[in-house]
Amino acid sequence: MTLTIDPQASTENDIVAAPEGTLFRFATAGSVDDGKSTLVGRLLHDSKAILADQLEAVTRTSTERGFGGESGGIDFALLTDGLRAEREQGITIDVAYRYFATPARSFILADCPGHVQYTRNMVTGATTADAVIMLIDARKGVLEQTRRHLSVVALLRVPHVIVAVNKIDLLDYDEAAYREVEASVRLVTAELGIADVLVIPVSALVGDNVVDRSERTPWYAGPSLLELLETLSVIDDLDASGRASEAFRLPVQLVLRPQGAVVVDPELADSYRDYRAYAGQIASGSIKVGDTVSVEPGGGTSTVTSIDFAGVFLDEAFAPQSVALQLADNLDIARGAVIAALDTLPPLTRTLEADLFWLDPRPLAPGARVLVKFGTTVVQALVSDVTGRLDLTTLGVEPATNLAVNDIGQASIRLSRDLPVERYVQNRRSGAFLVIHPQDGATLAAGIVTAPGEPTRAGDGSGAGSDVSP
Amino acid sequence: MRAPPMTIATSHRLSELDVLESEAIHIIREVVAEFERPVLLFSGGKDSVVVLHLAAKAFWPGKIPFSLLHVDTGHNFPEVLEFRDKTVAAHGVRLTVAKVEDYIADGRLAERADGTRNPLQTLPLLDAIAAGRHDAVFGGARRDEDKARAKERILSLRDEFGQWDPRNQRPELWNLYNGRHTVGQHVRAFPISNWTELNVWRYIERENIELPPLYYAHEREVYRRDDMWRAVGPVSPARADETIEVRTVRYRTVGDMSCTGAVDSAAVSVSDVVREVGVSTITERGATRADDRISEAAMEDRKKEGYF
Repeated sequence: MTLTIDPQASTENDIVAAPEGTLFRFATAGSVDDGKSTLVGRLLHDSKAILADQLEAVTRTSTERGFGGESGGIDFALLTDGLRAEREQGITIDVAYRYFATPARSFILADCPGHVQYTRNMVTGATTADAVIMLIDARKGVLEQTRRHLSVVALLRVPHVIVAVNKIDLLDYDEAAYREVEASVRLVTAELGIADVLVIPVSALVGDNVVDRSERTPWYAGPSLLELLETLSVIDDLDASGRASEAFRLPVQLVLRPQGAVVVDPELADSYRDYRAYAGQIASGSIKVGDTVSVEPGGGTSTVTSIDFAGVFLDEAFAPQSVALQLADNLDIARGAVIAALDTLPPLTRTLEADLFWLDPRPLAPGARVLVKFGTTVVQALVSDVTGRLDLTTLGVEPATNLAVNDIGQASIRLSRDLPVERYVQNRRSGAFLVIHPQDGATLAAGIVTAPGEPTRAGDGSGAGSDVSP
Repeated sequence: MRAPPMTIATSHRLSELDVLESEAIHIIREVVAEFERPVLLFSGGKDSVVVLHLAAKAFWPGKIPFSLLHVDTGHNFPEVLEFRDKTVAAHGVRLTVAKVEDYIADGRLAERADGTRNPLQTLPLLDAIAAGRHDAVFGGARRDEDKARAKERILSLRDEFGQWDPRNQRPELWNLYNGRHTVGQHVRAFPISNWTELNVWRYIERENIELPPLYYAHEREVYRRDDMWRAVGPVSPARADETIEVRTVRYRTVGDMSCTGAVDSAAVSVSDVVREVGVSTITERGATRADDRISEAAMEDRKKEGYF
């Protein structure tokens, strides 16, 4: 994976400080030797995100190790392999975050290593990503590992999936060969139910279709990789009419009740003596002053009287804003409660079915006592049954009685408290949870709810209750 | 169904700074809600000043519900210490200062041959965390600062020796932070992990946040060492072969005088600095920190031992 570039290139072209834009988060994934480091290096280099001293350090180390054998050959993996052990062993151990910006947008790139602990890394990168770039080698096509990666992406419902068919230069830019790979990609993604798939022929080494559209692929009419990243929608973007795709949810982090110990103008201090607001980050949807909301647990309803943000009073707020809500009624609301759009929360339940991405070296067996964290709630739970394991090659479910590290399995979970459990397909934030070891606190698994259990009592809203299957 | 790409109402988009600000406030509130005794490492440097500002916003109209901690190397810039104390007073918070000098005076630490005291901060820091029984320690570290920091978690578990084990980090999923820890462990929390140097400066500009004056261009007696302009001071004298000159400089990072360098700059205002950072071709640590040049893994090695 060498790339010969001119170390002066990034210093001669001054980076113009772009006006403040939007933020886009994406993850890169792929198998060993598919050229992921080169692609990341190419993106960062061609978008002028590698600064002179970083390039100098990487060039020096590349040369010291005889990398590429030619002057100017750069091992781009050195840019993201930040740990001593990674550089010494030539492997990437952990997800690395990189930051770069173009005049259109700023990017947070989670670079997920493919070979060691791929499930753990993929899950980590994919849970916060607006898009995942899956890299495959054009000469090899869809490999078993590609299917595994795509399964994770499909289950986690990453909004945009980009498949970069790399090393197209080694196929002499042959359209037929590319179309064959593209067809097999689309076959797998269709099987997995991934609706939004964008396939691009690229050469990370040469730069075809990475930042600029390539003249060597005239049969490809689509945008370059960077153009795509600059224009795809962000998870929390609302639609053209200002509506969110998911209902309003605010998990309460804490109750702001300063009781007179306030930082406002002394003349106003009296009016803040009884101030009480529910602080949290909007997980999904939007809220306006005057909207009626439901609260669970507790089952109350009230009206939003004020949306506060550090002394600024908003008419409307939406995900992912951190705000504090004042309500008209004095409800019993504490950390762990969820404030939601009226009648949109499912009924409370104590059981659920979930897919678990098992991330701990210690295996999971039925009967395990764990903690689960939903939003801002942590409750004790029992894994009552392990019902299956996903065969990531055939994409079918095989019988299983326990889960080992990197397995994706199905389990039944009993909760110690009633919670308004939602399906992940309905709400990416409130349908997701952590499984935590009750003693040492390790994060054992990422969980996504596939089906809430029987309601423990009728929900306050009748609207959402009907589509909950047992 | 999710809307297809490119049909998005731009009026309902949050800017990059708004998203980063809300993310940081969420992290700060999570830590305050889940931990008993958080503390914020506060040096008066721009990153810790931004975290303090975010904390004030997170708990408005109430006061910031935790105290601050500074490890003073004894080599800090006097104008930064003055700014630190003024800012602490303005926010009505309590500051504890742990002094490296005290440790050198009674022999618990020895002065290094190269005179830099940055690596010496770790022991007083760990002692102060233990003495304050702090279970969570906020810091202003950012992932774009260094390759080792690029792999740091937003909530990062430390054992009782303050050690960071980069090969055994908890996966961080969605925005669900796991702060569980056992006796003797504590968690380092980095609310502005995802901010770049440019984000920090744009936020300082937008929010009109005051900083120590040496972040802006000023005249100073300096000499050239290790390709950096080093300030002439009681702990950083020029050697006989180094020429002292007066130059217009500013600091991109503010740390120990003995190892922090200044850069040539004409940026006298925050908007000048935003422009300058936007076109800079050198990272802030590469430009200004001698201690990070010791080896490619200098930061990783310090972090493993409990450094922030």
